[in-house]
Amino acid sequence: MKLFTFPGGIHPSGKKELTCHQAVKVMPPPKMVVIPLLQHTGAICEPLVQKGDKVKKGQKIGDSNSLITAPVHASLSGVVTDIRSYPHPLGNKVRSIIIESDGLDQWAEDIKRDDNYFRLLPQEVRDKLRDKGLVGLGGAAFPTSVKLTPPADKNIDVIIINGCECEPYLTCDHRLMLDNPREIVEGLKIIMKLLDVGKGIIAIEDNKPEAIKLLSATVKMEPNIEVVAVKTKYPQGAEKQLIKALLKKEIPSGKLPFEVGVVVDNVGTAVAIYEALRDNRPLIERIITVTGSGIKEPQNVKVRIGTLFSDVIAFCGGLQGDIAKVIMGGPMMGIAQYLLDVPVIKGTSGILALTAQEVKIVQAGPCIRCSKCIESCPMNLTPYLYGLYGRRQEYEAMGKHNVADCIECGVCAYGCPARIPLVQYAKWAKMEIAQARKKKIEDGKIEKKDNR
Amino acid sequence: MAYIVSTSPHLKNTETISIVMRDVLIALAPASLAAVYFFGLPALWLMLVSMVSAIAAEFISAKIMKREVTVSDGSAAITGLLLAMVCPPGIPLWMIAIGAAVAIILAKQVFGGLGYNPFNPALVGRAVLMASWPVAMTTWITPFDAITTATPLAIAKFNLSQPLPSYWDLFLGNRAGSLGETSAAALLLGAAYLLYKKQISWHIPVSFIAAVGLLSGIMGRDPLFNILAGGLILGAFFMATDMVTSPMTGKGKIIFGGGCGILTVLIRYKGGFPEGVCYSILIFNMLTPLIDKYTMPQKFGKVKIS
Repeated sequence: MKLFTFPGGIHPSGKKELTCHQAVKVMPPPKMVVIPLLQHTGAICEPLVQKGDKVKKGQKIGDSNSLITAPVHASLSGVVTDIRSYPHPLGNKVRSIIIESDGLDQWAEDIKRDDNYFRLLPQEVRDKLRDKGLVGLGGAAFPTSVKLTPPADKNIDVIIINGCECEPYLTCDHRLMLDNPREIVEGLKIIMKLLDVGKGIIAIEDNKPEAIKLLSATVKMEPNIEVVAVKTKYPQGAEKQLIKALLKKEIPSGKLPFEVGVVVDNVGTAVAIYEALRDNRPLIERIITVTGSGIKEPQNVKVRIGTLFSDVIAFCGGLQGDIAKVIMGGPMMGIAQYLLDVPVIKGTSGILALTAQEVKIVQAGPCIRCSKCIESCPMNLTPYLYGLYGRRQEYEAMGKHNVADCIECGVCAYGCPARIPLVQYAKWAKMEIAQARKKKIEDGKIEKKDNR
Repeated sequence: MAYIVSTSPHLKNTETISIVMRDVLIALAPASLAAVYFFGLPALWLMLVSMVSAIAAEFISAKIMKREVTVSDGSAAITGLLLAMVCPPGIPLWMIAIGAAVAIILAKQVFGGLGYNPFNPALVGRAVLMASWPVAMTTWITPFDAITTATPLAIAKFNLSQPLPSYWDLFLGNRAGSLGETSAAALLLGAAYLLYKKQISWHIPVSFIAAVGLLSGIMGRDPLFNILAGGLILGAFFMATDMVTSPMTGKGKIIFGGGCGILTVLIRYKGGFPEGVCYSILIFNMLTPLIDKYTMPQKFGKVKIS
């Protein structure tokens, strides 16, 4: 059978066997949670509670009037002990609501099962998804209600549910597909109905044959839904690469999947959508993969949003060995943490602890123009130039060579024999270019609009 | 408790510059052994002196220029070995030592060291020796008994009254020529290793060799003879594929290889020298930035929508 895939990419060692064979464990509610008011792409929320207030599980405690945002909810019942800036896993500090548990773990009164959810009107569905704080669980944490509101002039004809999970080490989506296939399909059906789309695809990498088998069986009676096996290759799960693999369509540079009539959602998001509508349940917990040679008992855990990394790691037996790096997410795109006193947020897919033997710090050498970065770049870019210009801080030149199109997947830096931190240069250039642009707008030199 | 904080990716494959260079050295081993087999111990001394001189030059120039000493990456050793392979087996040791030092200092270190040299250092070394000691650099000897003779390409070009070696001798390497160029069999063995290790791609060697075969055929010459008789196999697989001095995309590599091939045949039959592989590659090294500029990949999503 010919598998669907995209040009470029790499085959790193998956290391998924550390966690993929065990069922998900539910971590008991912690004594305390830290709920950052910003856990999504968009505007930060304002607190709806005050220090000393009593809150119940599922109660909305932060919201914003902005268009692109997602409210946050209490993941414990208890007392708000403080509202202050707190270390955030994406770096820096973010204003957060700290809740201490009362040990009762009581749901808020309005969280009730609604078996007639399918009668909701499209706008009611979007309002509910927004109200329940749903964001994409694949990593970028883009508000789901916004994602499911395509511009009026765009016709959507395919919904893709992304079960690729191409990041090494992570298996939380894999386990979700094995444990909740029904919910994934129900979530997909809700999206299809909402956007009036006649075709749904569930894409899974072929290194998860049981998941493919199980979901294929689940959609047997659903003529509009297809389960497709895609080649195991990083970054197969990147939105643009997945659409290219499945539909042979390229999202135009700088545009969203709407442009080619597609909406892509992660399997975890599909389940969360279903639970938000049927159970009225806000996004207060998620499955994360706690793994790596530095974790005593690697496993998938269902944890409350706001649980500190240190508590999650303690639940998994604690750390072992000479820990050099703790990463939120997978090893290819995850974010290195400088302390464990940070909370799990909606976009946390995993906690990965690597030991000193695995984290070698090496001096970057000169580019020998081996062209491996060009061959493997899934966006057909020329990453070696980012190293060349980046060292000289020539950001404009990097912009001309399309650094804005870089998806930061890390394929180039992974294979670079000279060990040049190409992704770092690309990220840096993007920031510098954005700042230069902002300054130009402030100085009135250019108009504020997207001029792509 | 202090964790390392760095940007993603946090995983890297095991390849380093030293491993790339090690693979090239391994790939050159069969041809080196063949050189010693055909031309005896003097060949071994030439290769060793050339490598030692290249490494010493790299070390000393890095010290003088206050640069990090990068001898351990193996690139200087490769330059030295390749230079010996493209010189006649009978030249004196002091000559090869000068050539290797020139290759490293003039063609590599003054441009900024590994990765910044526009020309293939070993070929620059050969070109300098050729200009400085033309007689020694064009005096060829037969394998085994080391009697002065002409190379097959010279016999063909100047219609000398000597018998041409058979295809089989050309393939195995039993003919006059530069130290490491004679045995196509040994070179192809090493080339197969480099292709298997993905240190080179097929683009340059295939287009180079195909262009030589096609154009020499069109010009009424024997294509197979032209592929096997000179330094083409060595040049196409080990010189033109030098990462630093050749284009980076598949398309660019094919233009580069094809151009080298055309130029090689033109030099062989329309120019003054019997062999043109060295100068063709050097000239196309010069064109590499231009080829790169016009063959950059088209970025993903650069499509017009209606």
